[in-house]
Amino acid sequence: MSAPSDAPEKQVEDSGAAAGQKTSAAANRSLRQIAWQRFRRDKVAMAGAIVVLLLIAMAVLAPLLTKLLGFPPNEFHQSLMDPLTGGALKDPDDPAAGIDPWGGMSAEHLLGLEPVTGRDMFSRIVYGAQISLLVAFGATVLCVIIGTVLGIVAGYFGGVTDTIISRAMDIFLAFPLLLFAIALAGVIPDGAFGLEGNALRVGLLIFIIGFFNWPYIGRIVRGQTLTLKEREFVEAARSLGAGSGHILFRELLPNLITPILVYSTLLIPTNIIFEASLSFLGVGINPPTPSWGGMLSDSLDFYTTSPHFVIIPGLAIFITVLAFNLFGDGLRDAFDPRSSD
Amino acid sequence: MVTYLLRRLGAGVLLLAIVTLVTFLIFYVVPRMAGQTVQQLATMYVGKAPTEEAIQATIDRLNLDQPIALQFWEFIKGIFVGATYTFGGREVVCSAPCFGYSFQNYTEVFPEIVNRLPVTFSMAIGAGVIWLVGGVSVGVVSAIKKGSIFDRLSMGLALAGVSLPVFFTGLLSLAFLVHAWGLFDTPRYTPFFQDPIAWATGLFLPWVTLAFLHAAQYARQTRAGMLETMGEDYIRTARAKGLAEWKVILKHGLRPTLTPIVTIFGLDIGLVLGGAVLTETVFSLNGIGRYAVQAIISQDLPVILGVTLFGAFFVVVCNLIVDLLYAWVDPRVRVSG
Repeated sequence: MSAPSDAPEKQVEDSGAAAGQKTSAAANRSLRQIAWQRFRRDKVAMAGAIVVLLLIAMAVLAPLLTKLLGFPPNEFHQSLMDPLTGGALKDPDDPAAGIDPWGGMSAEHLLGLEPVTGRDMFSRIVYGAQISLLVAFGATVLCVIIGTVLGIVAGYFGGVTDTIISRAMDIFLAFPLLLFAIALAGVIPDGAFGLEGNALRVGLLIFIIGFFNWPYIGRIVRGQTLTLKEREFVEAARSLGAGSGHILFRELLPNLITPILVYSTLLIPTNIIFEASLSFLGVGINPPTPSWGGMLSDSLDFYTTSPHFVIIPGLAIFITVLAFNLFGDGLRDAFDPRSSD
Repeated sequence: MVTYLLRRLGAGVLLLAIVTLVTFLIFYVVPRMAGQTVQQLATMYVGKAPTEEAIQATIDRLNLDQPIALQFWEFIKGIFVGATYTFGGREVVCSAPCFGYSFQNYTEVFPEIVNRLPVTFSMAIGAGVIWLVGGVSVGVVSAIKKGSIFDRLSMGLALAGVSLPVFFTGLLSLAFLVHAWGLFDTPRYTPFFQDPIAWATGLFLPWVTLAFLHAAQYARQTRAGMLETMGEDYIRTARAKGLAEWKVILKHGLRPTLTPIVTIFGLDIGLVLGGAVLTETVFSLNGIGRYAVQAIISQDLPVILGVTLFGAFFVVVCNLIVDLLYAWVDPRVRVSG
């Protein structure tokens, strides 16, 4: 995580650029310290960061949470449902009382019940977070790996290498991603690559999203490399006889960690929406495993009787994506040398 | 100027070729790499109840047992000169441009796409106008009145907008605006030339839903761009020579901001034309995107292939148009050639 070779270097430049004449006051703080101080003062970004942490905790602790507060995510409660419309009954002992407009929310079922099956919405949302975050993080890691390697190579070597990689990035950004993604997800049969069921689906989603979204990271890394490679420490390494591999991954890479971290935080929400879209279109996770996009897809048939079935999974996506966006925006601003101290 | 255009045209043709190759790879090669046998792959093209003969016929028809290069050649040939399939004892002609033949419905894919094009086209036009005009004007006003209540409100809304998946906003508007409160009728497509008013009112909700997502991005981008250009020296010069403020903003501030916006707009419109997959699915509008989604559900591979290829063509064509517009918007392009 730390950038030993360049810490003093960066400090001088950034404090100079950021604070102008105030160099003396800022000189004793590293860029990360300055950024952390700025970030801590940014209440909105802090709120985003806290929500992100809570969501991760929720996904990790899903089995515990559902044990304490809910029911197994695939346990049916059809006795609570109106067999005719599929909605949750106001009073299970008196079906004539009609459908509960709140979708059966109660102390037992915190977020109500799924239409027809009566599965506990709270448990499904909590477990849905697992899939959503797992795919989004996995895809982001893949984007970062492909994007960083290709971006750094394109930026450092330039010439034909740069042209080819940059064109490839343009092409990827111009593709109708969703169509290609549903096509790919549609043609891969179960049992492919020795994987089955949801292990295959999760792997496939991570691969598809990562494979199509890497140019966002690639472009940023390439741009940063272009400016970094002119700096003295690269020159020094080269004159000491360091090979390209050493310069790329030992000298340049540590200095790229910050922008990569910032922009991968901003890529996570995009990937969450991508995963939800694929699940919504029916090419994501297989039922009965809960996913937020899949729940919204099911709710297309029930929005007239059970509006909570639309609102709850939708809000789950919205809150998650918004939190990551706020967190990422805050990080970017905190690390931006142009923003005032 | 001419060299610029020729170069962009060449790049467009190259991009098309690559897109075609990738599509081919996804449908013909990736499944094989994933461990499917020729028979299994052919089964996916035949449809729901495949017989031995039908599978063998499909293998022959699509040359699935031939080398990859030959398969690709036949695939390309089909697009340009059409293809003939022998099917259940009779000959089926898939005339050029043959984007595939659905052996499930006994229909050519290309005419089906063309039939659905007006729906998708209407979606793109309406939503595009709303998000471009709305997003850019909100962005401009926010930049000028930076820090005002309007700025904070609209930027908050824009942040919400980029965080809301389009199928969620679509479902919300169906559940509340249409069903619970009855403010709108269920969205439906009426051909423009049949009844322009019904066309606009029927598509209003899908337009707004789709536009909201994009408008948010455009507003953020315009605001950021405007804030940057309004700090430039030539803006001060323009003000100093006594130009009216609105002229400074529109002629000197907005114009350089618009150039990147035009690029994204071209890309976005191309993507929507290639199938507003999610919006069409939510509102049950029979456009190209929904055609592809239905094909996924019924495992009708040729249809998915056709739509994917068609969508990619649209993106490339729109990119090309943007490049041409660029030469018009940005004088530097014309000079440097």
